[in-house]
Amino acid sequence: MSENRKPGRKPDQTIDKAPLWLSLFFLALLLIGIAIDEPGRVLEQARQICLSCIGVG
Amino acid sequence: MEFVRKWVQTVAGFLMNGYWLFPWTRNIYQGPLKVLCAPGLNCYSCPAATTCCPLGALQQLLGGVRLAIASGQYFFGWYIVGAMGLMGGFLGRMICGWACPFGFCQELLHKLPSPKFEIPRGLRHLKFAILLLFVILLPLLAVDEFGLGSPWFCKYICPAGTLEAGVPLLILQPGLRETIGFLFFSKFVIMTAFIAWAVMASRPFCRVACPLGAFYALFGKVRAVRLRLDAHKCTNCNACHQVCPMGVKFNESPDDTECIACLACMHQACKFDAISLEFCGLPLTGARGKRLAATEKTG
Repeated sequence: MSENRKPGRKPDQTIDKAPLWLSLFFLALLLIGIAIDEPGRVLEQARQICLSCIGVG
Repeated sequence: MEFVRKWVQTVAGFLMNGYWLFPWTRNIYQGPLKVLCAPGLNCYSCPAATTCCPLGALQQLLGGVRLAIASGQYFFGWYIVGAMGLMGGFLGRMICGWACPFGFCQELLHKLPSPKFEIPRGLRHLKFAILLLFVILLPLLAVDEFGLGSPWFCKYICPAGTLEAGVPLLILQPGLRETIGFLFFSKFVIMTAFIAWAVMASRPFCRVACPLGAFYALFGKVRAVRLRLDAHKCTNCNACHQVCPMGVKFNESPDDTECIACLACMHQACKFDAISLEFCGLPLTGARGKRLAATEKTG
């Protein structure tokens, strides 16, 4: 009973590390972007109404 | 669980569209939160939008890549691709099912009474072509005399942009009405077509044309949070086919890239505990969770 209640993995279950490595890779890309100030450029664009984007103008 | 999901979708929609001063300012939100990347498709020119649309931002960066390099800035979309990939690596298309405002809109539209139709499965591949062509290649390669590319998907296709930004801004800023032309009307037709289609079929834009869904679908087999089928418990009763809003036949293809992990198959269909939710291979809910809950109830 107590074993059933205990959260966690069974002996035959292994952690799938692929999503974690993949997320780490994309985290690295994100940090590179931040390091070269890409968010500043994104913010600059997002603050303006993109007329062509919405089909106006 | 469906009730919880609807609440999460509502809250996510409000978080991404939390600027409610726009009827008075008659303009879009221009604060610092707009540096954050929305997980779902949400036009950043929407007057209420508080975050930036990952697809719009990516196209703008790719379109301006030549000018950026010329000025010594290597803006290739690292930040946006990194943010999208991070979300995709953890949740994949679960974002479509739980945090995309446009997906939520389509779900609500589908509740309207009307004849319902299935979407041909072959059309699902179109969104990958749209991602490659309209979001990446055309903004990057089709440039004007100044070396500047256009956000092709936003400009020519995106119905979310027309619905969330085009129409509201025309209402808020009457001066813009004089500038509308063929482009706006063509996008308006696309938007109307998808709205009508969404009434008659489940999530047509997500299944056929959404490039953000296509990007997240690339993580279908490697995302951290995913549904798992216990083949020993599955009786192939096909009950999961009936409830899936994305037309996934879960017992036949449990790693289907279309799965938005809405959990309808797990909670509304499967009576045999054959479907469970896992994080990096470890069970979160489902068979074990239900057993634990039952054990706790009986003491």
